[in-house]
Amino acid sequence: MSKRTDSNGYTILFAIGMVVVVGALLAFTAASLKGKISTNVELEKQQNILYAMGVNENNETSAIFVSTKDAPELFGKYITKQIVLESNGDITEDDKAYLIDIKKEKAKGAERRLPLFVGEKDGKTFYIVPIRGKGLWDAVWAYIAMDENMVIQGAYFDHKAETAGLGANIKERFFMDDFIGEHLLDSKGNFKGVAITKSNADPLNKDKKDNEVDAIAGATITGNGVADMLRNDLKLYKPYFDKLKNK
Amino acid sequence: MGLLSRKDAKLISDPLADNNPITIQVLGICSALAITAELKASIVMAVSVLFVMGVGNVVISLIRNIIPSKIRIIVQLTVVAALVIIVDQVLKAFAYELSKTLSVFVGLIITNCIIMGRFEAFALGNGLWRSFLDGIGNALGYGVILIIVGFFRELLGAGTLLGYKVLGDPIEKTGVYAFGYENNGFMLLAPMALIVVGIIIWVQRSRNKALIEDE
Repeated sequence: MSKRTDSNGYTILFAIGMVVVVGALLAFTAASLKGKISTNVELEKQQNILYAMGVNENNETSAIFVSTKDAPELFGKYITKQIVLESNGDITEDDKAYLIDIKKEKAKGAERRLPLFVGEKDGKTFYIVPIRGKGLWDAVWAYIAMDENMVIQGAYFDHKAETAGLGANIKERFFMDDFIGEHLLDSKGNFKGVAITKSNADPLNKDKKDNEVDAIAGATITGNGVADMLRNDLKLYKPYFDKLKNK
Repeated sequence: MGLLSRKDAKLISDPLADNNPITIQVLGICSALAITAELKASIVMAVSVLFVMGVGNVVISLIRNIIPSKIRIIVQLTVVAALVIIVDQVLKAFAYELSKTLSVFVGLIITNCIIMGRFEAFALGNGLWRSFLDGIGNALGYGVILIIVGFFRELLGAGTLLGYKVLGDPIEKTGVYAFGYENNGFMLLAPMALIVVGIIIWVQRSRNKALIEDE
């Protein structure tokens, strides 16, 4: 190391220079890629919603979305209505409801707006809702498709940073598919949610009315987080489904 | 003589065996523990580190003569962090699916002690080409161990490899499960990563006695 680079003046100048150069570089990258990234995020939301209602390209074992190229067209074809349940009880239609940021809505507490997408496929009507909760390390979220009796027709789970091989398995087919057919209401019609339990003596998940699915070993806290998310967030939609029935 | 002189070739081959960053220098244990529960994550992490190490070592080597020694660690940290963020952003824009898999590792790459260790120990004092080779060599040595650990943990813990059920179906009792074999769920938990790394260290040192330190 030469003496020149040891002086305080040089050190400070170098630090300032480095911050300016690196800062400019990062800002430039972020700004020039921003448009593309947000398009990707929007397309992913469409893919997720379509996945939940069964519009996907799943093979035998893996979860595969429709391609990003086809997503906007299929979204327009299958999703017939996008509505928002306002906090004051009003229901408004909004064809950009799928872009509502659930994280921001959750932070609003009682003022929260609830988006809901109505999909039509093979003569069947799906009600798809986005929900969000906490896993072990960070956020978990999901798109749940239900019929008018709040029976789950399809589910897509995702997470930000659950442990690979354990909690991260919530986005695997073997877990997500377990939810298909599960009732969210108990036999009396009250909202109960779906618990994720160990030793429920039903590992093949044949009993769809027990409000339980089999847990992933080693992912207890992620599983509890998913169950809490289902219970807390889906409950908010119960009044809508009650109204739907009384129509 | 091929592309590499013997001395240069040693830069690549050494970290793969007798100077492995994980088993000999015991660096980068944190990420080896965190992400080796499945093979796929191990491979992704190995490739990401390979890239960051190669480029990072070159950048540090390029500016090695102008870095003030008092703040060199901060400079190194800034270089890694900037590199990793740029890669993450580019992936998010052009390979969104892949970036979702990778995003978990971004933070882990920045804190990976192998990267900082090689910047500090090698790139600060060596030329471009040699630094690049050193980076690649160490990243490969790291990646090999990661993949070995990932292979055994996923195979014995979940009965799968890269998500494929190579041992049969544990619930429907096909394949080896028909004979009463059970997955060892303990393999998926973090302590087993250390135990597997320990076994690798044991095997390596019993094959090469020169690696055993004197009392």
